[in-house]
Amino acid sequence: MKPKTLFKKIWDNHLVVTGKNSPSIIYIDTHYIHEVTSPQAFENLRKKGLKVRRPDLTYATCDHNVSTTDQKTIRDLLSKKQVEQLVKNCQDYKIKFYGLDSPYQGIVHVIGPELGITQPGKTIVCGDSHTSTHGAFGCLAFGIGTTEVEQVLASQCLIQNPMKTMEIKIDGKLGLGVTAKDIILATLANIGKSGGTGHCIEYTGEVIRNIDMESRMTICNMSIEGGARAGMIAPDQTTFDYLSERKFVSKGRNFEKLTREWINLTSDKGAHFDKIVKIDGNKIEPLITWGTDPASGIRVNDKIPDPKKVATGSARQTMEKAIAYMNLKPGMKLEGFPITHVFIGSCTNARISDLRAAAKIVNGKKVKNNVTAWVVPGSRQVKLQAEKENLDKIFTSAGFEWRWSGCSACIAMNDDKIPSGKYCVSTSNRNYEGRQGPGSRTFIASPIMAAAAALEGKITDVRKYL
Amino acid sequence: MRKFIKLASTCLSMPTENIDTDQIIPARFLKTTERKGLGKYLFYNWRGKHFDESIHRGKKILIAGNNFGCGSSREHAVWALMDFGFEAVISSSYGDIFYNNSLKNGFLPVILKAGEIQKIFNLIEQNPKVNLTIDLQKQTVVAYPLLFSFPIDSFRKNCLLKGVDELGYILSYEKEITRYELSPQSLNIL
Repeated sequence: MKPKTLFKKIWDNHLVVTGKNSPSIIYIDTHYIHEVTSPQAFENLRKKGLKVRRPDLTYATCDHNVSTTDQKTIRDLLSKKQVEQLVKNCQDYKIKFYGLDSPYQGIVHVIGPELGITQPGKTIVCGDSHTSTHGAFGCLAFGIGTTEVEQVLASQCLIQNPMKTMEIKIDGKLGLGVTAKDIILATLANIGKSGGTGHCIEYTGEVIRNIDMESRMTICNMSIEGGARAGMIAPDQTTFDYLSERKFVSKGRNFEKLTREWINLTSDKGAHFDKIVKIDGNKIEPLITWGTDPASGIRVNDKIPDPKKVATGSARQTMEKAIAYMNLKPGMKLEGFPITHVFIGSCTNARISDLRAAAKIVNGKKVKNNVTAWVVPGSRQVKLQAEKENLDKIFTSAGFEWRWSGCSACIAMNDDKIPSGKYCVSTSNRNYEGRQGPGSRTFIASPIMAAAAALEGKITDVRKYL
Repeated sequence: MRKFIKLASTCLSMPTENIDTDQIIPARFLKTTERKGLGKYLFYNWRGKHFDESIHRGKKILIAGNNFGCGSSREHAVWALMDFGFEAVISSSYGDIFYNNSLKNGFLPVILKAGEIQKIFNLIEQNPKVNLTIDLQKQTVVAYPLLFSFPIDSFRKNCLLKGVDELGYILSYEKEITRYELSPQSLNIL
């Protein structure tokens, strides 16, 4: 038999209609929904008199615009209406809802894996581009728009053409202070912000095999920042150990049976990828972005590139615009650059291991007095676990604010905004203009780099704390 | 879904690359449960800088640098462009989700080569009132004296020309969907 990629194995297993002169129709195993991209889909179902085909395969939470200070009251009336609409939609259509009354509420891409709903071999969609996160378990997981949310609710299917495949092979040993965030920032700097467009990325190699599940999620999460709608990692013992005993995962013998099937979810030797990129893991160092796209990661000692020297045409114009927006200068280094805000949170970096790593840097020290620093756990379960380990006390006694779970300042739909003109070191995924609030300026980095920046009130190399 | 057959209009030129959906419509305007009325938030953070509503009102085509619509999955980006009055966009590449969302709303995302787009940018710079004609049947963009062809999947083209409702199309395969759900291949056997 012809060797197959992991993507092709999952794709073939979900074909409901195999397209010849038209796209295929594929079956969706898990559909996550949240308050922002689902209301218009339900509205159309009502108009058309359609029901939700598989409420048992649909899971809801509210995360994008919930408050992280007081989750009982949403002051913004429009946000409140969106959340209430989701509550009603879930009641009307009998969909499991992990809302503000649930101990499992949290960012959709944190709670899915945490509850064990996300499992190897599945097709998973959500009206959110960071759905690529779930690919860390060997799933085909990708973000969809609201029209597609409606289609999946009504039919549990989507019209799709197969994606192209891309292998990103990362071998070597990671150096001191190098985290999953640095791996993905290095990958993005390598392939560029649209290098993965049209592709499903499979991350392979020694580095990927040796990192834990939460690190793998961080990497797959930001596949979309390179244009790839999906990123995936073949499941292995690390995956099975993570999933064992999770709420929605079969237990005992049934689990063993599952793992025997899951272990086959790898790309066969000799399987064809449309594109292959090799990255030397030994050479990755802690990175931080300087621009308004996530592919602009550099070392703190690197110089900000000069658009006149490195780009022409609209590429140069785009770079000049980014430098002007960030109010930086070509040739300058980021080390020592003053910042006033630090955000540790988001579906990229707000899991328990992220908080543990940041707390280790912060422990016994103080946040610089002019810095506003927030920790927003990815879910209530993460928050609870962190509190069991007294991480909250480490953060608060250092001067961090300890918040409730949600998307928070990653998307700034709630009150958590970075003021106009201010600089934030953020563990989130996007440094776009105004992403963290109108006029906000974002430097993306790992949780430990962010923690170190909070202590010094400026961008610094975390390695001196290790 | 709205049909798209042929369109002639003046054009808004935005030579910036990577115009992400956060620029097209900032997240704080996604707090709505409706599709309509989002045009007033289009390029909201760029108003007075890179986008002037009074000048661009009435233009139906937007031409932009590569990787247009990258980033978030928000279909609101397409709804905002359409609500403002745009019916098509031209770029050399798109964010995958934005491209998909466009097609599902009868909003045409035209793909031209970067060099061809640069020629149109130049033409518009010389004459901002130049008319572009996009013909989906012929798969061409004409900006006299320029003529370029663009690729589009034949299924998608047909859906746009006829205004096909995709959900109706999927549901016409009800038997196949049920058969899949009952097959051992399914991970969620009914």
